Amino acid sequence: MTISHSAEAPPEERPQEHFDATIARDQRIEPRDWMPDGYRKTLIRQIAQHAHSEIIGMQPEGEWITKAPSLRRKAILFAKVQDEAGHGLYLYSAAETLGVDRADLTNRLIEGRQKYSSIFNYPTLSFADVGVIGWFVDGAAICNQVPLCRSSYGPYARAMVRICKEESFHQRQGYELLMTMMRGTDAQREMVQDAVNRWWWPSLMMFGPPDDASPNSGQSMAWKIKRHSNDELRQRFVDMTVPQAEKLGVTLPDPELRWNAERGHHDFGTPDWDELMRVIKGDGPCNAQRMQRRRSAHEEGAWVREAATAHAAKQAARAKKGAVA
Amino acid sequence: MSDDHVYLTLAEGHDDDARWAYGTGFEDPLHGVDTTVPEGLDAGELAAVCVALADDALISAQRLAEWITRAPELEEEVALANIGLDLLGQARLLYSRAGQVDGTGRDEDAYAYFRGADDFRNVRLAELPNGDFAFSVVRLLLLASWRLAHFERLASHPDPVLAAIAAKGVKELSYHRQYAAEWAVRLGDGTDESHRRMRKALEQVAPYLGELFTAYDVRDEVVAVLKQVTEAAGLPMPVYRPLPGSGRHGEHTQHLAPLLAELQGVARAHPEATW
Repeated sequence: MTISHSAEAPPEERPQEHFDATIARDQRIEPRDWMPDGYRKTLIRQIAQHAHSEIIGMQPEGEWITKAPSLRRKAILFAKVQDEAGHGLYLYSAAETLGVDRADLTNRLIEGRQKYSSIFNYPTLSFADVGVIGWFVDGAAICNQVPLCRSSYGPYARAMVRICKEESFHQRQGYELLMTMMRGTDAQREMVQDAVNRWWWPSLMMFGPPDDASPNSGQSMAWKIKRHSNDELRQRFVDMTVPQAEKLGVTLPDPELRWNAERGHHDFGTPDWDELMRVIKGDGPCNAQRMQRRRSAHEEGAWVREAATAHAAKQAARAKKGAVA
Repeated sequence: MSDDHVYLTLAEGHDDDARWAYGTGFEDPLHGVDTTVPEGLDAGELAAVCVALADDALISAQRLAEWITRAPELEEEVALANIGLDLLGQARLLYSRAGQVDGTGRDEDAYAYFRGADDFRNVRLAELPNGDFAFSVVRLLLLASWRLAHFERLASHPDPVLAAIAAKGVKELSYHRQYAAEWAVRLGDGTDESHRRMRKALEQVAPYLGELFTAYDVRDEVVAVLKQVTEAAGLPMPVYRPLPGSGRHGEHTQHLAPLLAELQGVARAHPEATW
């Protein structure tokens, strides 16, 4: 059997119909199945961006591992950032099932040809940010990702199941840190409120532009790569977070936020979409810094990767020579 | 069944707190172990052993944490974090034990955050800056080999708590040594550049070798490991060049104070806070 990587006719007749029927029956597309080029490209873009986000997302929190104010918090944060590296690895593997390789995707990131989540372009200014990132950013990621556990592409859906479990854990750890800080000193409570003020709006932007300005959403929904619209997911996040904020004793920085009994949802203000566009285009507070770190790690590690490759080749040659002799 | 249940369980009450930080120390790690100091043991000496081993582990974990987001490959991010987490776990257990036996009742954070550089008893090799990946690999190879040989002996220490901590650590340290040895061979054998960097790293650690062997007598085992690895890597053995002073007596390089300033800064800025 040959694996088709383009729209060439596969062994089965009428592959498009077969693909459409699989999607319609809510069954999964697997790497060996025929798929339209657009579907493959969309998935590669989405999974790669997701993987890049995990890797770049290690930076804002990673800065606090060495500074965490208790050994227990240091261990929790260290383990969390390690999990993110692991998520990046699963996701790059899922992308590789679509016929790209990790080194190429890494180059696309470093050259600025592929994006990562704009949220990671904001700075972490105090240890409370570690808790708020867990609560908001992991919370928003979960809202985005849980529906992806039912994504039509098998490897992506399966990676998401594992990732969502770990992220729900991270969200709870973040919230638990904030609970502890809110029971502490006045200075700690101020740190938490300040972090909430800074991260709330960027977190709402994590769901992407509003539905009427989201160019790729319609096709992704039809292909069942995506399951809910940006605005639906944003609403879900707000509804989930408001009672948690009340329990914590912090104020979400939105004067328009209130319960709407008629809709059965919270009404809330409009994020600054111009800001989102600026950050996506590279003008966020930390874009340059994040890219610089990723690029220098990659460049400074080149000799290590080359050495590992050279050693493996020498080993193989020695084994071959040994087998002949 | 809908996969959305993962989301729904998040929105429910958080009543299963015990699950939140599996493996990250929410529970008492010494639960169920008899913590009374056995008769005939010098509590002061026992505490000093625990603190020195904990300081080595904490300072090493701190340096490993600095690799995060800077490692040459994602697999190395994961592996170095693993090793750092193991060492951090060992440090926490050892500080807790020190606090139980030295009569002060201090907790792990009191040792980690509220002592100055002069009170730290780690070897200087642990506190040196990370340098390049070759230096970090050589240092890890030495520290892990030394610590493994030492922990194997401590597993039969008359203090049951220290013995239990050491027995648990042996498995972890075998992996650390293996990881470092594999990289040492890859880098020694790989390219001209990696070979050159490994030679330089071996020269750089040479002055700090003596310090490892003064307090506890596992020299022969460590030298044997080093011989085996350098031979496989096509590298020379480091030449022993003793350096005066010892981290075991609180004599450190200029690199420890800034490391501690970063480690302790937030905790010291908020001494009344709970985290």
